[in-house]
Amino acid sequence: MTTETRLPTEHAVEELDRVTIRFAGDSGDGMQLTGTQFTKTTAVFGNDLATLPDYPAEIRAPTGSLPGVSGFQLSFSSSDIRTPGDQPDVLVAMNPAALKTNVGDLRTGGLLIVDKDEFNATNLKKAAYSVNPLEDGSLAKFQLVPIDITRQNELALEGTSLSSKDKFRSRNFYALGLILWLYDRSMDTTVRWATEQFKRRPEVLDANLKALRAGYNFGETTELFRVRYQVAPAQVAPGKYRHISGNEATALGFIAASVQSGLPLFYGSYPITPASDVLHELSKHKNFGIKTFQAEDEIAAIGAAIGASYGGHLALTGTSGPGLALKSEALNLAVMTELPLVVINVQRAGPSTGMPTKTEQSDLLQAMYGRNGDSPVAIIAPATPSECFFMAIEACRIALKYMVPVIFMSDGYLGNGSEPWRIPLMSELPKVEYHYAPSDGNFSPYKRDPETLARPWAVPGQKGMEHRIGGIEKSAATGDISYDPRNHHEMTLARAERVARIARDIPLMEITGPSTGDLLLLGWGGTYGAITSAAEAARKRGLNVSSAHIRYLNPFPSNLGDVLSGFKKVMIPELNNGQLSLLIRGKFLVDAVGFNKISGQPFKIAELEGKIDEMLGLAGPYTFDFGQSASLGG
Amino acid sequence: MTTPTIHAADLVNGDLPVLSRKDFVSNQEVRWCPGCGDYSILAQMQKLLPELKIPREKIVFVSGIGCSSRFPYYVETYGFHSIHGRALTIATGLKTARPELTVFVITGDGDGLSIGGNHLLHAMRRNVDLNVILFNNRIYGLTKGQFSPTSEFGKVTKSSPYGTVEAPLNPIRVALAAGATFVARSVDRDIKHLEETLFQATQHKGMSFVEVYQNCNIFNDGAFAAFTDKEVRQERMIYLQDGKPLRFGNEMQHGVRLNGFTPEVVENAAGESGLLVHKTDSDNPTLANILVGMDYPAFPVPVGVFRSVQRPSYDELVQQQVDDAVAKSPPHFEELLNSGETWEVN
Repeated sequence: MTTETRLPTEHAVEELDRVTIRFAGDSGDGMQLTGTQFTKTTAVFGNDLATLPDYPAEIRAPTGSLPGVSGFQLSFSSSDIRTPGDQPDVLVAMNPAALKTNVGDLRTGGLLIVDKDEFNATNLKKAAYSVNPLEDGSLAKFQLVPIDITRQNELALEGTSLSSKDKFRSRNFYALGLILWLYDRSMDTTVRWATEQFKRRPEVLDANLKALRAGYNFGETTELFRVRYQVAPAQVAPGKYRHISGNEATALGFIAASVQSGLPLFYGSYPITPASDVLHELSKHKNFGIKTFQAEDEIAAIGAAIGASYGGHLALTGTSGPGLALKSEALNLAVMTELPLVVINVQRAGPSTGMPTKTEQSDLLQAMYGRNGDSPVAIIAPATPSECFFMAIEACRIALKYMVPVIFMSDGYLGNGSEPWRIPLMSELPKVEYHYAPSDGNFSPYKRDPETLARPWAVPGQKGMEHRIGGIEKSAATGDISYDPRNHHEMTLARAERVARIARDIPLMEITGPSTGDLLLLGWGGTYGAITSAAEAARKRGLNVSSAHIRYLNPFPSNLGDVLSGFKKVMIPELNNGQLSLLIRGKFLVDAVGFNKISGQPFKIAELEGKIDEMLGLAGPYTFDFGQSASLGG
Repeated sequence: MTTPTIHAADLVNGDLPVLSRKDFVSNQEVRWCPGCGDYSILAQMQKLLPELKIPREKIVFVSGIGCSSRFPYYVETYGFHSIHGRALTIATGLKTARPELTVFVITGDGDGLSIGGNHLLHAMRRNVDLNVILFNNRIYGLTKGQFSPTSEFGKVTKSSPYGTVEAPLNPIRVALAAGATFVARSVDRDIKHLEETLFQATQHKGMSFVEVYQNCNIFNDGAFAAFTDKEVRQERMIYLQDGKPLRFGNEMQHGVRLNGFTPEVVENAAGESGLLVHKTDSDNPTLANILVGMDYPAFPVPVGVFRSVQRPSYDELVQQQVDDAVAKSPPHFEELLNSGETWEVN
């Protein structure tokens, strides 16, 4: 909780409902850390929040260069929010490059805090400024607050044993302290975190805390800020909360599935952005019996997971788009052998290497169809970072019950984004069941359960059930290799029907807003927040707009056709070039209109509202305004 | 030679199963071409499996794609006929998840050294406790006769009508370089040696790798006949034996000694005391690397165990980490869920 802070009388306090802040600096400036710490403090304070870390793929692009800029945006509010905000109200720019690439997003009248010490000739040149923007009046439409952060920070650290390079590296703590003061937040959370983080490096801890306090005190004692701001805690459901990112929630969800099912968890993975955090997280928790396998490549990662699944474990493999492409042949082996397997795809901008650190939803058709033969798998997609937890459990439940591979479609926005999360009670966790083949003497590898069509899971060690499986088509009757025409026809239909029957076992689609109207916004995955908020804003304007979000992409919920039929028009916003649109149009013969953004950035609510107005005839054709500096980072 | 060990976990309450060869013969019709060397390897395997005293349900054969990879269908154990080149990945996952199982990997020169070459290297360096048998016929048989990564330079095949222009890989050299802990070679038609070599492989803790020279009588007939034919075998192959000097010939009259780093044949070496003495468990793999360079016709072709050393296996190390972690901090999921910075809302 927050400490009692004494408000100096010279600063007026203004109550705000919602604030969006973006921290931007060189990728070596520690902006992700600053953002994360402010986020944690804000979460503990009780605001609702959403985050958007945005960083370049290069770990250290040339210092001070435009491609080397790293940013972290968060939005926090006293009421329920779903997105990290369209436009920052506050921009903290640690150097000219960060200013240049981000100032275009700052709202007019927004607060612009810069480290003026970094606006020297060298850095201005690296950022391609011919004149110093702090001096030429070009920033007049913002509340510009230039602060000599570098020098102030150095002064605060005078007498410490750190080199001047290390002192420079503490500037992010100085900036953090300043912003914590400005929004009336306590330093406690950061102090606790740093004390743990740097416990083996006391001199670094000391310097960082000195810098943090110096930044905080600078705000309090100077006249630079006329007011400071308060954003009251949000009204949320009672309970115990923590702050969680999508990738953390994914990993925890899989551990939960292992705990709930009683099956040991095996995770095979090859490092890939932005999915590696799932591997990092799972490899920490070996005490849950988890075995993680960092494979030599993506194929070995899924191969090992298939081997573990064959051995009776709860087996997962995780990757991002290019890795899913590499796994597709082996994934088909799991389709053919009908083994339970969960494949996590934390999507990123493609094709090929694409933009590894930027988000996109462009692997949906790859997940649906990117394999040889008729090869159905189940596909589910969480809608928010914290929802990854329950959807991860759901992926395991479906895989084990139907003996089928399930692709779990997360994305960079969900995986790296974070939000406060009410920690579920153990009693709220769903059941996850599995069944090894019964020892009743009637075992046959492809004798299907009449309800689910799942084949029996006979694992090595089970006596009397020695059998052979593989990628070659098998006889439904005996499990032996079969090239029989009728058998292949029927096995193909059975594999499809088994996936189709999952629809009997998943929640129906829900509509946010009235169930009939002029326009339905239909989305999937990480665009949930923006879509829901845009439709809600449209309703507030008196428009007949509803929204619905698909969490089960294969099979679709059984009432999806009915949901669509209640609306005159359907709009499908996606961060791809029209993939769900193709599926919906193909399956339901609905003239759905795609709204497609492929910039590596999430939707802004205003963009969706612009398209809503177009579709309802209230405005002309909507075009995206990417701006010259719409994107953070490289 | 390694000390035979039986994995404790493979024994069910000391109740050793009494099984015979026919218990390991499945009901599937064997579909290799008549006269294929694969038949011999299958027969020796089915003969030795009962000797392992391991229940059938605890044995798994995993294979990739190719003629050799049909093997699992013919053995009455658990079996997984996977996809091209990937048998080792599946076997690695299986063995890591279930270290108590006995896992065989059946692969070929195309499957194991071409499309699956990467996995072979990594399984070897990890020392996953698998028994890997690579059937080397120096040809792609299932796809009807293209050259393989072990085909000799200049080989004329369907896909190389003008002869190949690529140097072959030597599987034993690859295994030694990748740090395999048990490396051996045998020959399909030398059934006694084959059975004995396979048996030794099964007794090794850690990955065992056995290359078997296997004749494809359809697409590469006689690839090894020049030195494996019964009449010439003693003169043109050398049977490596741990702790013994390198001798060969009908009367064991020839030997091999070192001249600097180069081996040389000593004819009629009965009284020669400077012959190379084979040692499979030397810390230094130099000797094995010298032997692997010996090839017909300049030298007799070495068969038997090149190297056999002990090093903890990947699967047991992974299991150990898990066991240690569980012992140190027993799993408590509710605690994990509630870890880190939390706050109450009333």
